[in-house]
Amino acid sequence: MDFGIFAVLAQDGITNGAVYALLAMALVLVFSVTRIIFLPQGEFIGFGALTVAALQSGQFPRLVWMLMAVGVLTFLVEIGSALRQRRYKPLPRRHLMWSGIENLAYPTLVWVLARGLEWQGMPMVVQILFTLGITVPLGIMLYRVAFQPMAEASVLVLLIVAVGVHFAMLGMGLFIFGPEGSTTQAFTDWSAEIGALLVSGQSVVVLGVSACLIALLYLFFDRSLYGKALRATAVNRKGAQLVGIGTTQAGRMAFGLAAALGTLAGTLIAPLNTVGYDTGFVVALKGFVAAIVGGLASYPLAAAGAVLVGLLESYSSFWASAYKEVIVFTLIIPVLAWRSLVSGHGDEE
Amino acid sequence: MKISTKKLQWLMFGWFFLFPFLPVPGYWITIGNYIGLYSIVTLGLVLLTGIGGLTSFGQAAFVGLGAYTTGYLSISLGLSPWLGLLTGLVVSALAAGLIGSVTVRLSGHFLPLATIAWGLSLFYLFGTLEFLGKYDGLSGIPPLSLFGIDLSAPRVMYGLIWFCLGGCLWLVLNLLNSRPGRAIRALAKGKTMPEAMGIHTAQYKILIFVLAALMASLSGWLYAHLQRSVSATPFGLHMGIEYLFMAVVGGVGHVWGAILGAVMMTGLKSQLQDLLPLLLGSQGNFEIVVFGVLIVLLLLWAPDGLWPRVAAVWARFNPPEPEVVAPAIAPDGYGDMARRAKPAAGSLILEISEARKQFGGLVAVKDMSFEIHAGEVVGLIGPNGAGKSTMFNLVTGVLPASSGEIRFLGERIDQLGARRIVKMGIGRSFQHVHLVPHLSVLENVAMGAHLRGKTSPLSAALRMDRHEEAQLLFLAAEQIRRVGLGDYMHTPAGSLALGQQRILEIARALCTDPVLLLLDEPAAGLRLKEKEALADLIRQLKGEGMSVLLVEHDMDFVMGLTDRLVVMEFGSKIAEGLPAEIQNNEAVLAAYLGGIE
Repeated sequence: MDFGIFAVLAQDGITNGAVYALLAMALVLVFSVTRIIFLPQGEFIGFGALTVAALQSGQFPRLVWMLMAVGVLTFLVEIGSALRQRRYKPLPRRHLMWSGIENLAYPTLVWVLARGLEWQGMPMVVQILFTLGITVPLGIMLYRVAFQPMAEASVLVLLIVAVGVHFAMLGMGLFIFGPEGSTTQAFTDWSAEIGALLVSGQSVVVLGVSACLIALLYLFFDRSLYGKALRATAVNRKGAQLVGIGTTQAGRMAFGLAAALGTLAGTLIAPLNTVGYDTGFVVALKGFVAAIVGGLASYPLAAAGAVLVGLLESYSSFWASAYKEVIVFTLIIPVLAWRSLVSGHGDEE
Repeated sequence: MKISTKKLQWLMFGWFFLFPFLPVPGYWITIGNYIGLYSIVTLGLVLLTGIGGLTSFGQAAFVGLGAYTTGYLSISLGLSPWLGLLTGLVVSALAAGLIGSVTVRLSGHFLPLATIAWGLSLFYLFGTLEFLGKYDGLSGIPPLSLFGIDLSAPRVMYGLIWFCLGGCLWLVLNLLNSRPGRAIRALAKGKTMPEAMGIHTAQYKILIFVLAALMASLSGWLYAHLQRSVSATPFGLHMGIEYLFMAVVGGVGHVWGAILGAVMMTGLKSQLQDLLPLLLGSQGNFEIVVFGVLIVLLLLWAPDGLWPRVAAVWARFNPPEPEVVAPAIAPDGYGDMARRAKPAAGSLILEISEARKQFGGLVAVKDMSFEIHAGEVVGLIGPNGAGKSTMFNLVTGVLPASSGEIRFLGERIDQLGARRIVKMGIGRSFQHVHLVPHLSVLENVAMGAHLRGKTSPLSAALRMDRHEEAQLLFLAAEQIRRVGLGDYMHTPAGSLALGQQRILEIARALCTDPVLLLLDEPAAGLRLKEKEALADLIRQLKGEGMSVLLVEHDMDFVMGLTDRLVVMEFGSKIAEGLPAEIQNNEAVLAAYLGGIE
C-alpha cells in the first residue's frame, strides 16, 4: 500500500467516522436523558435522505403523510390521557389547544407547503431544513406516543418498546418509500489536490458539519445550565423533577435532537451512497459501536470512537473486505474488556 | 379438585406434548416445532435476563453456533449428529465463557449493547466463512436417528423438541429452587448484597451466561436437523431481538413465561402474516408494523409480561401454596453442620488501628482506632456525614482502606473483599434494605446460608441437593423464628413493613453464622414500636453471646442498648466510653447540638 491509497482510505474513514459520530452523539444524548436505547435512530437516516431525494426529483415527500397520521395519533393520545385524569384535575384546555396546533395544524401546514411550493431546484440547504421540519416533529411525537407513558419503566422494557417502534417504522418506511433506494445531488463539486491526495468537497462538508454539531452539543451539555439539567434527568428522574426540571420536556427535546441528527446524517451520506428505507439500521449500529467505545457518556470520546470505527472500516475493507463488518463489530470486545478492567468496582442499581 | 399453579403449568405443558397425537394439520405441527425451538432459547434468556438481570440480544448467535457446528461436522466430516450436539454444546460453552468473562462484569446498559455487537459479529462471520458455505449456508444435513430409528418425521421431531424443552424446564426449575438458584436470583439486586452473603457474583453471572448459551445451542442443533440446512439469516440480530421479545412478552422473570411468550409471538406472527395481506393488500410489510405496535401496546398494558397476569387470575380461584417450605423438624445431620467456635467472652475480636479512607482530597475516615470484644454491643455514632458509613464499609470490605490496619480475630481484613470477610465471620445488614421483593421471607433469609452449603449448580439441577437443601432451609427457618418473624415465613419480603424488613436482614446475616454482627442504621425510618422490637432483638442476641457493632445517629436508640459508644465527627473519633459518659461529654454535645462560638 502506498501513501496515496493510505491517504484515500484515511479520508474515507474519517468522513464515514464523522457521520457515525453524529449518530453516536444522538444515541448518547437520548440514552443519557431518557435511558432509552434509541434503535429507531436508523430510520431517520433513511427517511431523511429519501425525503431530500424526493424533493430534489420533484416528487411529493410522502413522509408528510406519516407526519400527519402520527400527529392525529398523538393528539388522540393527548385527549385520552386528559380524559383519564378528568377526575383529578380539570380538562387542560390550553394544553390540548397547543397539542392541536402542534399535532394537527402544523402537519397540515407542512402538507400545504409540500404541495404548494416548487421544491425541485431549490437550494439544498432549504430542502434539508424542510426535511428537518418533518422529521423533528415526528421524533417528538414518537416520544409522546410510545415512550412518555412509560418513562419510569426499566431500561429493558424501554429497549423492547424501542424495538417495537423500530419495527413499526421500518414497515411504514417500506410502505412510504418502496423498496428502492436513491441518492441525492452532491453538496458541491469543488475539490482540491493536496500533494497526492484529492480532497473532495463532499468530505469537507461532512467533516465541517459534524465537527460544528459535536462542538455545539458539547458546549450545550457541558457548559449551559439547561444542558446540565437535561443530564440530571438521566441520573435521577425523580430528583430532577423535585428540583423543577421538566423531564417530559427533556425527553421531547432529546428525541427532537436525535431525529435532527439522524436526518442530517442521512443527508450527509446520501450524495455518496444509495440510501434505502432500511439502510439506516446498520449505519446506526456502527454509531452504537462508536458510542460504546466512548462509554455512552462522553461526547468527545464518542466522537473519537466514531472516527476509530470509520478508519477501521475503511482499512479493513481494503485488506479483508469480506470481513469488514466482522472486524468493526468485534472491535467492541477488546474495548469492553478494557472497560471492565478499568471500571473494576461499580454497582448497578 | 384444587389445581395449584404448579400443576396447571405442567398440565399446560403436557397438553402441548400430546398435541401431535391429535389429528391436526401438518402446518400446526410445524408451528409447534418452532414454538418449542424458540421456547428453549427463551427459557435460557429468562434465566439470564429476567432472573439474573443480564440482558442479551445475542442469543441467536449461539443458536447459530449450535446449528453450524452440527451442520459442518455431519456434512463435511460425516460425523454422527449426536457428536455434533456434543461438540456444539462445547463450542457454545467455550464461546459464551470467553465473551461472558469480558462482558458480564460490565454494568447495566453496556451489556445489552455489547451483545448486539458480538451478535452481529458472529452473524457476519457465519455469512463470510468459506467452509460454512458463506451466505448460502450448508444444506443436506442428515436427519436424526436413534438406535437405527429414523426421527426425521415432523411429528417425531416435535416429540424430540418438546422432550428437550421439558428437560430444560425441569433442570432450570430445579436449579432455581436451590442454593445456587438463590444466588442467581440475588444477582439482579446488584453486587453489594450477594457479595456480602459470600456469593461470587462474577462466577454466577458467567454461569448463567453459559447456561443460556447451552440452551440456545441445543435449540440450534434441533433446528439444523429439523430444517436439514442452515444459513446465516435466522441467526441474525432480528432473531436475537425476537427471542428477547418472547421473554418480555411472556414475563421476563418467569420460567413459564418463556413458553407463553413463544406461543404468543409465533402464533401472532403467523396469524398476522396470513391475515393482513387479505385485509390491507400485499403491498408493504404491514405485519411488521402491526407487530411493533402490538408490542408497544402490550407493554403499556402489562409491563411485567403476560404470565404474571395469567398467574394472578388463576391465583384468585386457587390461592397458591408456598413453593419453598422448610422441613418441620431438623433434618438428619443438622446438628453436625459446621459452626464457628464462639470466641471466649471478653476476648478481642475486632481491632481497628489508624484506619484511614481517602477519596481524592477528601479524608472520609481519618485514623480511626477502636476495639470490639466478644459479647459486646458497641455503638458507632455521630452526626450525618461524620464518616460512619465509610467506616462500616471498610470493616465489611465494600471499600479497601487507604492506610492503617483492621484486624478481625487476629487477621488483617482491611484489604479483603466483602466475600472473604463474610466467610471469616462478620455478618451485616444494610441501611437501605437489599431484598428480592417477590421471594418469600424464607427464600430471602436462605440467601444468607449460601456459605453454609456446597451444592454445585449441576447437582442442584439434577435434584441431588435435597438433603443439604433441607438443612439450609431449616437453618434459615430457625433464624427467622429466632428474630421473631416466624409468622411471615412465606410472605413475599417486599410486602413486609420496613421494620420487619430490617429484622429480616438481621436473620439473613445470622445465617452466615457470624461472630460479629454489623448493623447499618437499623433504626433509621422505624416507628417507635418497631424500634423497641429491634432493641429487644439486639439484647436477645447479646444474651446469646453475639457481638454487635451498631452504626446509628439516633442517640436515644443506642443509649439504653449499647455497652460502649464510639463517637465520630468529620472522620475522626472525638469520644469513646460508656453511654452515660458520652451523654455528658462536651465534645459530643457540641457535635450534635452545635458548639458555642
